[in-house]
Amino acid sequence: MLASVLVANRGEIALRVIRTARRMGIRAIAVYSEADADLPFVRAADDSVLLGPAAPARSYLDVAAVLAAARQAGAQAVHPGYGFLAENAAFAASVIEAGLTWVGPPPSAIEQMGDKINARNLMERVGLPVSAGSRQAVPDVAAALVEAERIGYPVMIKAAAGGGGIGMSAAADPEQLKAGFETARSRAERFFGSPAILLEQFLTAARHVEVQILGLADGSVVTLGERDCSVQRRHQKVAEETPSPGVGPQLRSRMLAAAIRAGEAVGYRGAGTVEFLVDEAAQQFVFLEMNTRLQVEHPVTELVTGIDLVEQQFRIADGGDASFDPATTSSSGHAVELRVYAEDPRRFLPSPGTIGDWTEPAGPGVRVDAGYAAGNTVTPFYDPLLAKLCVHGADRAQALERARAAVAAFVITGLKTNLPFHAELLASSEFVSGAYDTSIVDRMRAS
Amino acid sequence: MTEVRAEMVANVWKVVAAAGDTVADGDTLVILESMKMEIPVLAEGGGTVARLAVAEGDVIQEGDLIAVIE
Repeated sequence: MLASVLVANRGEIALRVIRTARRMGIRAIAVYSEADADLPFVRAADDSVLLGPAAPARSYLDVAAVLAAARQAGAQAVHPGYGFLAENAAFAASVIEAGLTWVGPPPSAIEQMGDKINARNLMERVGLPVSAGSRQAVPDVAAALVEAERIGYPVMIKAAAGGGGIGMSAAADPEQLKAGFETARSRAERFFGSPAILLEQFLTAARHVEVQILGLADGSVVTLGERDCSVQRRHQKVAEETPSPGVGPQLRSRMLAAAIRAGEAVGYRGAGTVEFLVDEAAQQFVFLEMNTRLQVEHPVTELVTGIDLVEQQFRIADGGDASFDPATTSSSGHAVELRVYAEDPRRFLPSPGTIGDWTEPAGPGVRVDAGYAAGNTVTPFYDPLLAKLCVHGADRAQALERARAAVAAFVITGLKTNLPFHAELLASSEFVSGAYDTSIVDRMRAS
Repeated sequence: MTEVRAEMVANVWKVVAAAGDTVADGDTLVILESMKMEIPVLAEGGGTVARLAVAEGDVIQEGDLIAVIE
């Protein structure tokens, strides 16, 4: 097994990866910015290296600094977490060139799926259903208007180099498209380094359902079930669950098969996720994008399967077998994840600040992946995720009941959090019924 | 005279208005960025920008002065 790993990330995911590494006897090296020096992930590592000031460009995104830290600390491998450099094919290639083990898929897979236009075209070629959308980048507003006429309104304007729902906007008519196009381009440039834009048919009343895949060392691709991620604000996930209440057995079977084809098409290795949009009434699905990394919401899959996905990542990266027999995996019960964000629960505006009290819930089925502790400062430089509150139950009703108690017991003071929003979600008849889609939060806030 | 102050800790991403500009109610003065979200700071009431107290790249605290409108 690998002797050591540098975790090129921060907050809750760095802590979570470090925990599994140490459990497996792998020496864990943390890297951190000046703003994160007191966070739990730094203390939990065996060694830690300061990268630079808070700004991501000068710390977590600074490839030279991260590679220097790996050399300095004698790291044998690099685990990128999610976000930051996780889907940066050039970074993955540099890690490999430096003679280190990259805990992730081949750079070619990252590159192919990193361009959303290319990804859609490739998936369509291997027989996956895709929604109507751009086959090449849309260069300007004039071209966008023509493209939108072809696709049909409403359309979603997306960054081709983007992901995670960032910088997306919808246009219901040519006026909205004109208004949104330039903003989308500048956001795309700012957040993803490329102004390339694609348009996609906006499927209203869709569910966002993704499939966890593992590309094994022998070249085969297996699936570990799906996750429903339809609870979103600003097109970013706030809560996820597995299994999806909107997916019947027949549809599930087709989606899992499609996810395997997607993984095989890019020679996938390691943990990845294929995202789809589902029309629940028709029990049909279309390919959305493929994330060539571990997802934020991976814990719900771990809770129902009993499999540690980070452990599988390390095993596969080391050329070894998974810890389980893919032919006999099973899923037990139901799991929900609630993302606890540093933001106000009504309008979801960011709330940086210094944490006073931090008391986590505990109890049967409760798992908290925390990024912060009492006394830590939450700064504006990074995303607002404070912790992931994950809950397992024998069935969905029990999972939700346990989640309600856990939300009520989670105390974080000193800044605003969306815990009251989660309490609202768990009381919402739409969510409790299971029959919800990606507009659920809009409807919760419309009244 | 109105003092426009920051409602939270944030980075100053874009300065849109300049000292001397005439602004109307609802015009964007600066765009802040916090936790990957862009937050426009708008003029409340029209007038002239007497002072623009921040520059792009500044990190500002809750309560810091952003602009003065007369």
